[in-house]
Amino acid sequence: MSEPGPAQPEAVSEATGRRLVLNMGPQHPSTHGVLRLVLELDGETVVRAEPEIGFLHTGIEKQCETRLYHQVVTLTDRVDYLAPLSNNLCYCLAVEKLLGLEVPPLARWMRVMLTELTRLNSHLVWLGTHALDIGAMSVFLYCFREREDILRIFEMFSGQRMMTSYFRIGGLAVEPPRGWHRAVQNFIQAFPSRLDEYEELLTRNPIWLRRTKGIGYVSLEDLLDLGVTGPMLRAAGLAWDIRKAEPYSDYDKFEFDIPTRTESDVYARYQVRLEEMRQSTRIIRQALEGMPSGPHVADAPGIVLPDREKMKTEMEALIYHFKIVTEGFRVPPGEVYQAVESPRGELAYYVVSDGGNRPWRVYMRTPSFGNLQALPAMVEGGLIADVVAALGSMDFVLGDVDR
Amino acid sequence: MLQELLESVPVISELAAREPQALLEGKRDRGEITLVIAPSRIAPVCRFLKERGFVRLSSITAVDWYPAEPRFEVVYHLHDIEHNQRLRLKCRVHEGESLESVTSVWRGANWYEREVWDLFGIRFNNHPNLRRILLPEDWTDHPLRKDFPVHGGRYDYADQEHP
Repeated sequence: MSEPGPAQPEAVSEATGRRLVLNMGPQHPSTHGVLRLVLELDGETVVRAEPEIGFLHTGIEKQCETRLYHQVVTLTDRVDYLAPLSNNLCYCLAVEKLLGLEVPPLARWMRVMLTELTRLNSHLVWLGTHALDIGAMSVFLYCFREREDILRIFEMFSGQRMMTSYFRIGGLAVEPPRGWHRAVQNFIQAFPSRLDEYEELLTRNPIWLRRTKGIGYVSLEDLLDLGVTGPMLRAAGLAWDIRKAEPYSDYDKFEFDIPTRTESDVYARYQVRLEEMRQSTRIIRQALEGMPSGPHVADAPGIVLPDREKMKTEMEALIYHFKIVTEGFRVPPGEVYQAVESPRGELAYYVVSDGGNRPWRVYMRTPSFGNLQALPAMVEGGLIADVVAALGSMDFVLGDVDR
Repeated sequence: MLQELLESVPVISELAAREPQALLEGKRDRGEITLVIAPSRIAPVCRFLKERGFVRLSSITAVDWYPAEPRFEVVYHLHDIEHNQRLRLKCRVHEGESLESVTSVWRGANWYEREVWDLFGIRFNNHPNLRRILLPEDWTDHPLRKDFPVHGGRYDYADQEHP
């Protein structure tokens, strides 16, 4: 034997002389859902990778066409189940743009605060499972401990831990609950030190570095060409974030930075997402300090459900309630493409109205679908053990891919 | 409407000069620009726009306007990161009509075109791998068409023979 070194692809090819096709998934733990990867292997080197998707296709876009505008909100929760509020927000903004509806400041700020908590929630699940895939089990336990706190806050606001549907067309579903300020404050005070804890476990851990540095490299040009968005693009050096570039829901009033790295490998994506969590805490803190007061829904009778108390005393309110619940409201004809920065990248809803009370077409441009296309470019030529690391670094949700 | 866009957006006037037959309509609605492109010219138009800064293809999808004719609108959302500009291109096609694939312009168009084929049944010529993507390969219909039912037939266990 000669001295040990990195495996030589050509040498392996000569030794075996044949290729092996391996099905990874659809029931593989590292795919976090049902993704089937057809891998063509030469020894331990991946020669060709082909993702097969569609196992979670539910026809949710078709369902949207049969529901009233306000009923669609609950469907949007179920697309990306780690970031339901980002989906709620994107859909509501799209319909509000179609209606030309202005949302009051409290609702806008509350939306920012809660979508940032969603980002933390999603990134925590990503970090925990990504580390678990690579073999660092304890990180998972810590991440889910903090995630539990966030889910409690969601439950406090909306009564639901995951399928929140808290944002509605015209504002929020219900008034913010009593004591929300303290709950968020407590969480946000403790969270930065928790982030340091994760970093202590991973950032300089030699095993983590060996498994992530230089793995899954794709150049920025290729990423753009393949339609990749979000943290993956920022880890390749492009400081593009929709919250800054096309600010929505008062994001322009918040101060935060766009973290970038240039290495474009698994480690760089890890660093970008961790820094994003710190930036999100910054945003949440600003939202807590400057939260405006006032109504939580727009003054738009016929679109926003009337106040419960008013329904008992005012005829008008009762009629509007009945009308909205039974036949919805009409939306002027037109089309809108609304993009927001979800934890995974560019999330956009293309809503087409024909003037009726149900959307004619709702198209969801989901970040996971766009990002997953880059997988072959990321793993081909690498080792099969690194496929798991590369998959984890993409942070996709299969519900988001298949819709 | 188109005239106003030609005067105010330089990219569109350049496009009109370069591809005089391609640009059919244009409008700006709620701050979003939509251009209707002749179906036969979509690939060269996209190639030109990519050279002019629209480096990113955000998505491709379709809308079925059944029973109107031509019934489908294939919608392309382009994005210029540097100038922070979005552009929507539309091609109106009849049932059975096919479009030129833009996978040679953006590799990322691959899955989006497969999805449009899968859910709407609109074919793309010169696509490297035009297979179904979300539905099983032996599926025969295209479910996002408006004449495809939302609800299936009533399923009765008595109809089935149990082994």
